[in-house]
Amino acid sequence: MEIRSERHEACLRLYPSGEMTIYSAAELKPALLHALGQSDEIEIDLGDISEIDTSGVQLLMLMKREAAVAGKALKLAGHSPAVLEVFELLGLGNWFGDPQLLPADAGKTRRVA
Amino acid sequence: MSLDLSEALQTFYAESRGLLQEMEESLLRLESAPADTESINAVFRAAHTIKGSSGLFGLDDIVAFTHKAENVLDRVRNNELPLNEELIGLLLGCRDHIERLVDIASDNAEMDSDTRVQGEALAARLSQCMGESAATLPVETGSPLESVGGGQMAGDVWHISLRFGQDVLKDGMDPLSFIRYLATLGEIRHLTTLTDALPDAAGMDPECCYLGFEISLNSDADKARIESVFEFVRDDCQLRILAPGSRAADFINLITALPEDKSRLGEMLVACGAVTQRELDESLAAQECESARQKNVQPLGEILVKRQIVQPELVDAALIKQKEVRLRQSQEARYIRVHADKLDELINLVGELVIASAGAGLLAQRQGDGAMQEATALMSRLVDEIRDGALRLRMVPIGETFSRFQRVVRDVSKELGKDIELVITGAETELDKSVVEKIGDPLTHLVRNSMDHGIESAEVRAASGKPVKGKLRLNAYHDSGSIVIEVGDDGGGLNKDRILKKAIERGIVGPNQNLSDREIYNLIFEAGFSTADQVSNLSGRGVGMDVVRRNIEALRGMVELDSTPGEGTTVRIRLPLTLAIIDGFLVGVGDAAYVVPLEMVLECVELSDADRQALTQRAYINLRGEVLPFVRLHDHFEVAGKGSRRENIVVVQYGGRKAGLVVDRLMGEFQTVIKPLGKMFSRVKGISGSTILGTGEVALILDVQALIQQAAERERAAA
Repeated sequence: MEIRSERHEACLRLYPSGEMTIYSAAELKPALLHALGQSDEIEIDLGDISEIDTSGVQLLMLMKREAAVAGKALKLAGHSPAVLEVFELLGLGNWFGDPQLLPADAGKTRRVA
Repeated sequence: MSLDLSEALQTFYAESRGLLQEMEESLLRLESAPADTESINAVFRAAHTIKGSSGLFGLDDIVAFTHKAENVLDRVRNNELPLNEELIGLLLGCRDHIERLVDIASDNAEMDSDTRVQGEALAARLSQCMGESAATLPVETGSPLESVGGGQMAGDVWHISLRFGQDVLKDGMDPLSFIRYLATLGEIRHLTTLTDALPDAAGMDPECCYLGFEISLNSDADKARIESVFEFVRDDCQLRILAPGSRAADFINLITALPEDKSRLGEMLVACGAVTQRELDESLAAQECESARQKNVQPLGEILVKRQIVQPELVDAALIKQKEVRLRQSQEARYIRVHADKLDELINLVGELVIASAGAGLLAQRQGDGAMQEATALMSRLVDEIRDGALRLRMVPIGETFSRFQRVVRDVSKELGKDIELVITGAETELDKSVVEKIGDPLTHLVRNSMDHGIESAEVRAASGKPVKGKLRLNAYHDSGSIVIEVGDDGGGLNKDRILKKAIERGIVGPNQNLSDREIYNLIFEAGFSTADQVSNLSGRGVGMDVVRRNIEALRGMVELDSTPGEGTTVRIRLPLTLAIIDGFLVGVGDAAYVVPLEMVLECVELSDADRQALTQRAYINLRGEVLPFVRLHDHFEVAGKGSRRENIVVVQYGGRKAGLVVDRLMGEFQTVIKPLGKMFSRVKGISGSTILGTGEVALILDVQALIQQAAERERAAA
């Protein structure tokens, strides 16, 4: 699985898209870990995640932890409604410590530039 | 009504009375220690059990009333209602009312209007206790078990601890969906995701599940329902469902209220819903597995707590209940209810057996057949044992009678406005059931009398430097073949001069008669004697003490009184231990045989020639330097003919006094079955009954007490 990435100065921004589920987890893990090796500051944009399950959450948690261990900064941003729903269910907002934006209306996410 | 049911009903009545008794004792205990939760629970349990059982028999009046009382008790138990004196008084009233209802039911009677009005008044006061907050109380459902599943208790927060197996994702199950489903049962208050199990990046298999969840679920569902959410992953996850804190208290209540057929810890916890069957099975399996590996088996309770299935408090409650149940069961196993008539019949038969075996022994002796004598000797020894055993069956501790007075003392002291404490000692002293039944009334009279006249009012007590709280003592002990029951108070004591004055006024004693203090005190047992300055509705009408004495004498007992001015009065009742069979000492006077109860016999000495010579001049002998008055039975019963040449003195003791009975022959010990004398002989002094000897002859049983009195009187007259 290819993850689109963009570099903004020191920050590497990743744009995974589609499902973050058990079906893609095996591909996603090395891709994400690889990206972690590329930069000291990483932002994962979750705006295009259409579905996320436990394995996806787990991977994000792994990333966060690995980043912390390596002394890097990892931010999650632009949570899609699917991600928000799961984060809310599992009470993970605080765990990741990223600002989450509640959807203004169903299906759409307002982004702050 | 079928026979079985009516028998069950009788058991219900008997049990209810027992429970009511327990309830009363607990309530009285609560009066001095209002925070005693054990007693509160006991009262609640009693009410609860009576309600449940009477429901079973369709005794709706009892159910309805007890239910109201139980509601109040429930609030007391939950510390929602302070237990003050007034409330205890009300609850005691309720207890009495329930007792009346039970009595009415057992008499098959209709409730009279008085009882109905009283019940309504009590019910009104009970609902007053429930007050405004009653509306917020959970509605009582029929069975306490339902109240958990019934869903009236909103706002219970369950704690669910979830650890998924690594393979759940590969098996196509997403833990998230279970949590979503769980959310449909209630509101997930809080959820913590645990990542401790997440391995490092290299070792982590992205297709494995490493997460754990700690969930607080606000739900009305019961444990089994919550568990069912995880049914599909049950084998792939560790699931701990911990009851909410408030539920824990409910569970503890449920455990105490459980029917007693569950005596195993696991069963108990499953029955109340604290543990699901599955959790129990797993824990038991773990226990088994553990015990296979090592010798010492971990108790189930510990396993359950360790596996975080239940709170330790719950296990404790269940263990306490378990202990109670076991105790109850073992007690049940140790006691059988036997109809008193059957016992009486048995005692009668044993009496006949004693007589028959004496007859057989006598025959064997006459025939001089050695083997026969041996056989009858063995038999008579066994009969002895049977007799003792049979008599023991009827012995009951007097404590039960004593403890009834707790209530009497409480009520009467309230009525009199005195602060009186009852001290009971010797409650374990045993005596014959028939005596226990008859001693209640005289005792009540004595207790009331002591409280009314004996113990002074608080002001008088304070003025004379005594503790304000009066003390009433009930004591019992065994003493030379009889039981002594003492009713003592620490009051002002009897006024000797007033008694004497009154006795002379009433012509009971002559003005010049010289009486000892003791004799003066005991004058109050004479008929028509009362010294109370005021007549209260309790005592003091001059009927009473003489009735007490008559009642006690009817039991072949005696009553006496000791008093010390300023320190108090003690009434001592002396009663024979049993009314049926005694060990006797057979003596011969002329051709006839007489029986002296063996316990009263101290020794036998030969009447010396010197004493015989002096017989005509004095009625006492010098027994090792002691003056011993005696009665010559030959003269007393006016037996024809001259006495034997060698007479003996049987030294007897009763009630602290000694006397001698001069007899012609000593014939040895004899088991004596007491047969009452006919009415014709009721006036004969010195005889208390008769018995039948092995030869079929009748022997009279001597009334030692009367004889001693006579001897003492003769001595005084001579002096």
